[in-house]
Amino acid sequence: MPRIVVDVMPKPEILDPQGKAIVGALPRLGFTSFSSVRQGKRFELTVDGEVTEDILAQARDAAETLLSNPVIEDVVNVEVVEA
Amino acid sequence: MTELPLIGEAVAVAAEPRLAGAKIGVVTFPGTLDDRDASRAVRLAGGTPVELWHGDSELGDVDAVILPGGFSYGDYLRAGAIARFAPLMSKIIDAANSDAKLPVLGICNGFQLLTESHLLPGSMIKNDHLKFICRDQVLRVENNSTYWTGDYAAGQEITVPLKNQDGQYIADEKTLDALEAEGRVVFRYVGFNPNGSRRDIAGISNAAGNVVGLMPHPEHAVEVGFGPESLDGIGGSDTEGLGLFTSVLNKIVGVN
Repeated sequence: MPRIVVDVMPKPEILDPQGKAIVGALPRLGFTSFSSVRQGKRFELTVDGEVTEDILAQARDAAETLLSNPVIEDVVNVEVVEA
Repeated sequence: MTELPLIGEAVAVAAEPRLAGAKIGVVTFPGTLDDRDASRAVRLAGGTPVELWHGDSELGDVDAVILPGGFSYGDYLRAGAIARFAPLMSKIIDAANSDAKLPVLGICNGFQLLTESHLLPGSMIKNDHLKFICRDQVLRVENNSTYWTGDYAAGQEITVPLKNQDGQYIADEKTLDALEAEGRVVFRYVGFNPNGSRRDIAGISNAAGNVVGLMPHPEHAVEVGFGPESLDGIGGSDTEGLGLFTSVLNKIVGVN
């Protein structure tokens, strides 16, 4: 069954407290090559049947209205993934 | 300590009888925590609380609405993001934006709901220190001309409990400047910023002043024996949160 993947990230200008905590923990485990971490969200929307242009448009609309808050987040990717 | 019983009937202290006619709806969502405290605060202030369910399709004849604190839908997705699309919320949003200017107060999760609903600008993200925080918090009443703050003096400092994890208020600089210029910063943290909120903002209002949201919990500071003074003695009084509830009641009956 095909899925539509939606990726949401905090806006670049917004400090991401969770990412900041993660980047602080990495060197303690020996991962010293990473200077910054930003934590986002990935949604997988399963579609029963073919992904039409209309269904993809619905997914984009849902991504902007419910899955993300445009004040603090950007929808960075909406794509179809075949199972 | 006064003669008011520590545990017992929620009886309004020296409230005007005519306030009792004012009905304040308190909305319960799945995961709401402080609806009963908010109802009790309304009763202690002299008004009549009305229980509302998020799935209801009609508001009924309430004169104002409180969106109480808690963790609607477990804070899944974003705090308030799912509850914002509850059937009753669309009625509340329409009524708040209408000419009738339904007074709406959002406390904590209710404030998050108001920003997710776009009734108030900005948003809340995780506290800058990443921890849940629970403390008695001093606030300054920056604007006493809203529907919910008329009984306070401008600049008055009050102490009420604060408890949250996603309490860091953020908005872009342009929005913050506009809020300041229009006097829409209603409450500001004093002495200590508990979550990294921009410009120490604890609560804001819409342009008309009928919609107010704040992160701290005035409904937990309405009763002698249960407020900041009794717990650790730092506050000026146990009941400094009561003013929000008496303010809207007086506004409804036409005193303020």
